[in-house]
Amino acid sequence: YCLNILSCFLYLCSAEYPDLRKHNNCMASNLTPAIYAKLCDKATPNGYTLDQAIQTGVDNPGHPFIKTVGLVAGDEESYEVFAELLDPVIKERHNGYDPRNMKHPTDLDASKIQSGQFDERYVLSSRVRTGRSIRGLSLPPACTRAERREVERVVVDALAGLKGDLTGKYYSLTQMTEKEQQQLIDDHFLFDKPVSPLLTCAGMARDWPDARGIWHNNEKTFLIWVNEEDHTRVISMEKGGNMKRVFERFCRGLKEVEHLIQEKGWEFMWNERLGYILTCPSNLGTGLRAGVHVKLPLLSKDARFSKILDHLRLQKRGTGGVDTAAVGGVFDISNLDRLGQSEVQLVQTVVDGVNYLIECEKRLERGQDIKVPPPLKQFK
Amino acid sequence: MPFGNTHNNFKLNYKVEEEFPDLSKHNNHMAKVLTKEIYGKLRDKQTPSGYTLDDVIQTGVDNPGHPFIMTVGCVAGDEESYEVFKDLLDPVISDRHGGYKATDKHKTDLNFENLKGGDDLDPNYVLSSRVRTGRSIKGFTLPPHNSRGERRLIEKLSVEALTSLDGEFKGKYYPLKSMTDAEQEQLIADHFLFDKPVSPLLTCAGMARDWPDARGIWHNDNKTFLVWVNEEDHLRVISMQKGGNMREVFRRFCTGLQRIEEIFKKHNHGFMWNEHLGYILTCPSNLGTGLRGGVHVKLPKLSTHPKFEEILTRLRLQKRGTGGVDTASVGGVFDISNADRLGSSEVYQVQLVVDGVKLMVEMEKKLEKGEAIDSMIPAQK
Repeated sequence: YCLNILSCFLYLCSAEYPDLRKHNNCMASNLTPAIYAKLCDKATPNGYTLDQAIQTGVDNPGHPFIKTVGLVAGDEESYEVFAELLDPVIKERHNGYDPRNMKHPTDLDASKIQSGQFDERYVLSSRVRTGRSIRGLSLPPACTRAERREVERVVVDALAGLKGDLTGKYYSLTQMTEKEQQQLIDDHFLFDKPVSPLLTCAGMARDWPDARGIWHNNEKTFLIWVNEEDHTRVISMEKGGNMKRVFERFCRGLKEVEHLIQEKGWEFMWNERLGYILTCPSNLGTGLRAGVHVKLPLLSKDARFSKILDHLRLQKRGTGGVDTAAVGGVFDISNLDRLGQSEVQLVQTVVDGVNYLIECEKRLERGQDIKVPPPLKQFK
Repeated sequence: MPFGNTHNNFKLNYKVEEEFPDLSKHNNHMAKVLTKEIYGKLRDKQTPSGYTLDDVIQTGVDNPGHPFIMTVGCVAGDEESYEVFKDLLDPVISDRHGGYKATDKHKTDLNFENLKGGDDLDPNYVLSSRVRTGRSIKGFTLPPHNSRGERRLIEKLSVEALTSLDGEFKGKYYPLKSMTDAEQEQLIADHFLFDKPVSPLLTCAGMARDWPDARGIWHNDNKTFLVWVNEEDHLRVISMQKGGNMREVFRRFCTGLQRIEEIFKKHNHGFMWNEHLGYILTCPSNLGTGLRGGVHVKLPKLSTHPKFEEILTRLRLQKRGTGGVDTASVGGVFDISNADRLGSSEVYQVQLVVDGVKLMVEMEKKLEKGEAIDSMIPAQK
């Protein structure tokens, strides 16, 4: 018999509180029993709950070396309704960015980029990606089939309006021919049903392949994934080292698509606290990863390599993308940060950083020594 | 406590056509039965715990199936699912269980003394005997839907009940999240340990959530009676031993189940059961008795006989490899068990196994002597 409703409620909440003792992710580090008790009976207007948001982090305890985020947003309002958990998670993941008292700058003016052409004896390819969500529709962990189909319709409609070098075609996963599928695989454009439990436990693979697809321009330099981990993933790329042109096309394409959806009464999810709203808190702000495939065989073997990258606010990956190894001294080098700096600032960071790395490689080739640069300031 | 897919009312803003799943490439019982009309009729319903039609069918939408193997494609989230969504589940049950009608009654008979024989299967051929079933605890939702709090309470009640058993049923509980390395090694060596489900049939239905919280294995000291807690059902109960004494295996099965049920009833948490569907379990394929009684039996000659499949069908038996469902047989040793679950009693189903295996061993012996077995082939049971 409960003494009062509050103690009854707290008792029920503690019975539901997840066992996070073996867990190493941002959700587990920040979800106290008190926060859980406060939020466990809340839901967003669409009905998304805390238990749903944290399920992926409960199911995936994590790795001692790699700290995953451990939660997702089911809709735009998740970031408000569950702010008490999400704000500290965001602060931890984004190196101290505090959504409660900081503003995120958005800047898609590619003309501001300086020295954006790399030495192509070292840089093999350049790429910029981000994501965009359509305001008013739930995100991939929570969307219904009808919502997902509406995302597809809105986006494909808008993309059909792109002209000039951005003219392209949409390939629906449910309807592409075998020939189209093979071509998309050869171009390295095709995405598969997610197998990572980080994504499947969050419900993002439901109803696959319904309303999923790939759009790309005829020149194969501007590519959009529909309804994979986000409503849209937008990618601009080309062989070689002209990062400025890649970013210019990126910005132009994004602005065009935004204009086209606005004509039909839609808009992207964005606010000045968190920038562009995406499914995973790690992709808030710009959602931007700008990177190159670059040959650094000597530098990568230098003991100071990791520290140099860290100071330049860059990260390395293998050329297969996240969680792959480098092949033949070729690395995927990209920006570490997403939130708290603008797109222009982050791309400039990559440009300056990669130019520095190439200088180091050249010096090592000549038998000269290299210096570890001073660490860059986090928030400008 | 809200949990699972509870934003059903929000979905009703969309039309049936907009929400109806694309099942054009699907081959499972749910896909064969679910029409837009049925979807339209049931989509605004939910069980008292908030389980909805989309929850029921998600696993079948996500797993189109195989041209040869017909999976069920839907699950129950609680006892009431079978009532609230009967317009979908009754035809699925009928298709899966040989035409079982919505008005049929299922007979439960766990009186092991009603079994005739079964203690004399030739151990030169029958290597081991086993009977398993599942039980759900009334008042809780099922594995696709239950919350952490519910699952923990199910574990608590189950462990209390099991650890109070004595005599041949005296045993110990090993929770998955705190067993020692040595205990884990032993459970693996005994072939008792179950793993986190990897089959998308189960994971897409939400049954692996919060793993390994509140999951565990209990077995008696003799290692002849084993209970899985919170895997695909609240409880999976298994009685087994080496050799061909199926009668003894069934006796222990019935006695153990009875003892456990008594203890649960005392706490006002009996087992889910009704006279139409028998024992209520997560997957509609396990309704009725939920019983799979079987043996590992050496049939190298019979298994290559052209009439082997037909014999099995007539005997209402099915074969599997010795690794369980979806495995191949090794060295001519097969897992032979009852094919039916709903519409006949436990005693009846185990009798079919006992009589059928006895006959097949006789056939094997005949084939060893180079004799024909055509006169022995039975009529359809």
